[in-house]
Amino acid sequence: MSVLAIVEQRMAGEVLAAAREFGAEVKAYSIDLPYTADAYSAAVEELIRKENPELVVFGHTYQTRDYAPKVAARFGRVLIGDVIAGKPPVFVRQMFQGKFNADVRIVGVGPHFVSIQAGAWRGEPSPVESFTPSSTTSRQVPEAPFREAARAVDLTAADIIVSVGRGIKEKENIPVVEALAQALGAELAASRPICDAGWLPMDRQVGSSGQTVSPKVYIAVGISGAIQHLVGMKGAKTVVAINKDPDAPIFEVAHYGIVGDLFEVVPALVEELKKAK
Amino acid sequence: MKIAVAIKQVPLRDSPLRINAAGTWIDEDNLNFEINEPDAYALEEALQLREKHGGEVVVISVGPARVAQTIREALAKGADRGIHIDVATLDTLQVAHLLATALKAEAPDLILTGLQSDDLGYGQTGVVLAELMGLPSSTIIMQVEVQTGKVRVKRELEDGWFQHIEMPLPAVLTIQSGLNKLRYATLMGIKKAKTKEIKVVSASALPQASAVIEKLYAPEKNKQGQIFDGDPKAAAAKLVEKLRFEARVL
Repeated sequence: MSVLAIVEQRMAGEVLAAAREFGAEVKAYSIDLPYTADAYSAAVEELIRKENPELVVFGHTYQTRDYAPKVAARFGRVLIGDVIAGKPPVFVRQMFQGKFNADVRIVGVGPHFVSIQAGAWRGEPSPVESFTPSSTTSRQVPEAPFREAARAVDLTAADIIVSVGRGIKEKENIPVVEALAQALGAELAASRPICDAGWLPMDRQVGSSGQTVSPKVYIAVGISGAIQHLVGMKGAKTVVAINKDPDAPIFEVAHYGIVGDLFEVVPALVEELKKAK
Repeated sequence: MKIAVAIKQVPLRDSPLRINAAGTWIDEDNLNFEINEPDAYALEEALQLREKHGGEVVVISVGPARVAQTIREALAKGADRGIHIDVATLDTLQVAHLLATALKAEAPDLILTGLQSDDLGYGQTGVVLAELMGLPSSTIIMQVEVQTGKVRVKRELEDGWFQHIEMPLPAVLTIQSGLNKLRYATLMGIKKAKTKEIKVVSASALPQASAVIEKLYAPEKNKQGQIFDGDPKAAAAKLVEKLRFEARVL
């Protein structure tokens, strides 16, 4: 199978590794343009018409999500996004926020389109040819990327992190996990919905849009473990999960776990930690 | 201005989900459904933009008969009218095609939708919709500023970076959860919603699906983890012991 790999700096090695696994004949390019959705859609479309691949592989980055579905639609295809395993013609991707996996089969002649999840393939980046399209126009006019005011909290330096998710139910319940963080001398962190709701500040968010942490111990309390959260914490040396749902994806990455009601388990843990001191 | 919001109905959060007999999707019997969460934020953003700039908010959804309930709830929150495309498909291309066909006739100034769905999670309906309508788009939007004939948005990048992008209207934006605070439907809103129009549209010719779900299944269990359940106190004691003497991290 002929494979075209679209390589950006992010996930470069992984995309090349996946492409080589998907087909014997691999062409890899980076796009030599400042990013906009319109400019990249046109460039990659031109590249596909030039190379005629059966499969086009991307890294599942925010940039890919912004334009690759457009390109796929131009060829009457859907982008099989965020795949974690498989090879043509069947790819595996998560559905229902990681609760289930799905085997997705491509139908009909190529080109087909897949993007791979960060961390699902491993490989070292190597130089690739850069592609300059024949013309560029874009309706989107981008400004320079920026960060919000400097983070007040640096979670990356913490040895122990207690992180809280939707299971905490209400802002008024945050002290339940605060007590655990205190008993452990840990930093308090959270999954996205908690920060979105304003129950904890944004700079305590762990995950793809927050901080990426690798503490000695990461205790996930009431966090189901959607991939956007897992990518931010799966580098932790020891992962502990506390969740009432035994099927929650967080247990897949946990070294230790307690299935139970966090409002009973967490106070019991605090008690136990105090006792042991 | 006229704002269209594409919403999807998904199983109620935290519903116990089972695989159907064919092993290709979930068993939808006895399930309750609600608006996909990121779409709720898209709706809220549309309502706030209408409050600021005037105009009309039209919600549109593709799905079977039960979807009418979710549209009605959006009307109760303040949307002006609804369009229900009564077709039971989940295929991204087909859904985007149905939405595009209906929305071309509406010619909205702005189209909003959530950045991804809680069920399939493909995160591309909005982008494909824009492509099929020939409109510019931008994704993972945290802020929307409507100016004369154009829109300036704040787009989320990875690792805490953001970017402002400007594009001409009409445009399609996919909205990130958490960019605003969701409102509840008021009693008055619920009452008013009963008299608001929901136009039911049937299928137009559909494009061929280019990918099919062959099998849906629970992921293989990670065997390495030690999971304790039962009495919370005993489980907590066990965990502290393990962290101290086995993992040696306390």
